[in-house]
Amino acid sequence: MSQERRIGDVILNVENVSLSFGGVKALTNISFDVREGEIRAIIGPNGAGKSSMLNCINGFYKPTEGRITFKGESHAQMETHQAASQGIARTFQNIALFRGMTTLDNVMTGRNLKMKRNFLWQALYYGPAVKEELEHREAAERVIDFLEIESIRKTVVGRLPYGLQKRVELARALAAEPDMLLLDEPMAGMNHEEKEDMCRYILDVNEEFGTTIVLIEHDMSVVMDISDRVVVLDYGEKIADGEPDDVRANQRVIDAYLGVQHD
Amino acid sequence: MEVLNTFLIAPFLDMADSPIFLLEVVIGGLMAGVMYSLVALGFVLIYKASGVFNYAQGAMVLFAALTLVGLMERHVPLILAIILTMAVMIGVAYLIERFMLRKLVNQAQIILFMATIGLNFVFEGTGQIAWGSNVKKLDIGIPDNSFEIGGILMSSFDLFAAVTAAILVAVLAVFFQKTAVGRALRAVADDHQAALSVGIPLKTIWVIVWSVAGFVALVAGIMWGGKAGVQFSLVLIALKALPVLILGGFESVPGAIIGGLLIGVFEKVSEVYWGPAFGGAIEGWFAYMAALVFLMFRPQGLFGEKIIERV
Repeated sequence: MSQERRIGDVILNVENVSLSFGGVKALTNISFDVREGEIRAIIGPNGAGKSSMLNCINGFYKPTEGRITFKGESHAQMETHQAASQGIARTFQNIALFRGMTTLDNVMTGRNLKMKRNFLWQALYYGPAVKEELEHREAAERVIDFLEIESIRKTVVGRLPYGLQKRVELARALAAEPDMLLLDEPMAGMNHEEKEDMCRYILDVNEEFGTTIVLIEHDMSVVMDISDRVVVLDYGEKIADGEPDDVRANQRVIDAYLGVQHD
Repeated sequence: MEVLNTFLIAPFLDMADSPIFLLEVVIGGLMAGVMYSLVALGFVLIYKASGVFNYAQGAMVLFAALTLVGLMERHVPLILAIILTMAVMIGVAYLIERFMLRKLVNQAQIILFMATIGLNFVFEGTGQIAWGSNVKKLDIGIPDNSFEIGGILMSSFDLFAAVTAAILVAVLAVFFQKTAVGRALRAVADDHQAALSVGIPLKTIWVIVWSVAGFVALVAGIMWGGKAGVQFSLVLIALKALPVLILGGFESVPGAIIGGLLIGVFEKVSEVYWGPAFGGAIEGWFAYMAALVFLMFRPQGLFGEKIIERV
């Protein structure tokens, strides 16, 4: 019931996207959609093209064919910072934080696009620019509270343990107040407890802010628990798409994960 | 025994003999050091923001100074000439981004370094084609008079240079640490991809960094040009910035300042007290020796980030 209310119209539509690097095909003719407020998982064995798919969505890779429509705006090619300004934020498989900066500064960079004063004003660090900086500081602090990382606000992130770095990265993405959040293996390398925490945060973000979430994850139990719908990729092709229970029962998915002999 | 005396004892006896003179030498060294710091700052800025060692920094100093002098020769008033030169440097930064950096995104550092060597020649060439290759006098209206404070002889021009450098450093420190742009610059330096993903426009940031480096080059050009005349050898002072950078660490603004001051003092003190033992003129190479010895003990420099590889 509550799910019906939460999930809205299609916000992201991926149509016939293919991507190749030279002769290597990373993605072949992939289509799927993501609805507003949904938690959508992309799963698949190693090298299935999951990260490539995410990279196409936020503009790191330009699809060789096909198009991607986000919030009604269709584009075959997009610059990464444009994707960010349209409301797509993301985290990375191998944490990409600003290692030399503090947690607070990292989260503040997430506010970058929300800053209205232009570069010149900001550079002057005067009057309105200072006032604006303080407003964004408040927003950043709210995210920090939300993810319970107050105690490491002033710590340089390069020194933090892995699990916390992942959380700071999520905080930076959230600070941008995105419409859609792309999470590339948010729980990789975490222990059981950290995974549970991360799950809780993802669900909380989704519920409280109504943020649409697209996530890649290896841990099947996690994926099946928190996702509304799941896309399964294998060797760059889509082999299944649907609700967790259907996907779990799909013979091609079972084959892909357990491995079968191909004739 | 005699060798020991000349190198290890006599110089210190000389120092103890006349502390006032020693102080004068040290202050003279500090003043010269400020000038080195100014040049080193330009390197540090670009290195911090893009991880590129900009070989062309010295040529940028020459180019900025030549442009300024060229304008002043055409009877443009000083202030206006400085503003116009700055505009030229911003235009140059834009061109560098548009035609060099943009094509080289994600290339290895050595490739970018090679590109800056090319840039060096472009600056030297165009500067001289546009403004000629004669030594030019740059008069910015600051007299180079000597005066005494508490028995210590000082030069008013050196003092002016020192104060200018101090202000510049303070402004840059605030810019990097306190402003949103500074934060964006540091973010780009840390991780290009992550910076793009939070919506920092890499291209704009690069234009800003190279403009700031151009500004620092202009200030250094004014100071060095005002002291020694605007000439081709300005390019070579960039080489003097190398030991400063080794000492201070490539990514540290305070390091560039303190490194510059230390090198300046080393040079002057060694020249005055140890120079005669070597037969004079050791100022030229002493800084490099000092940097070399220093490297053996602290490869990351005074303030550089220590590189720790996790295994």
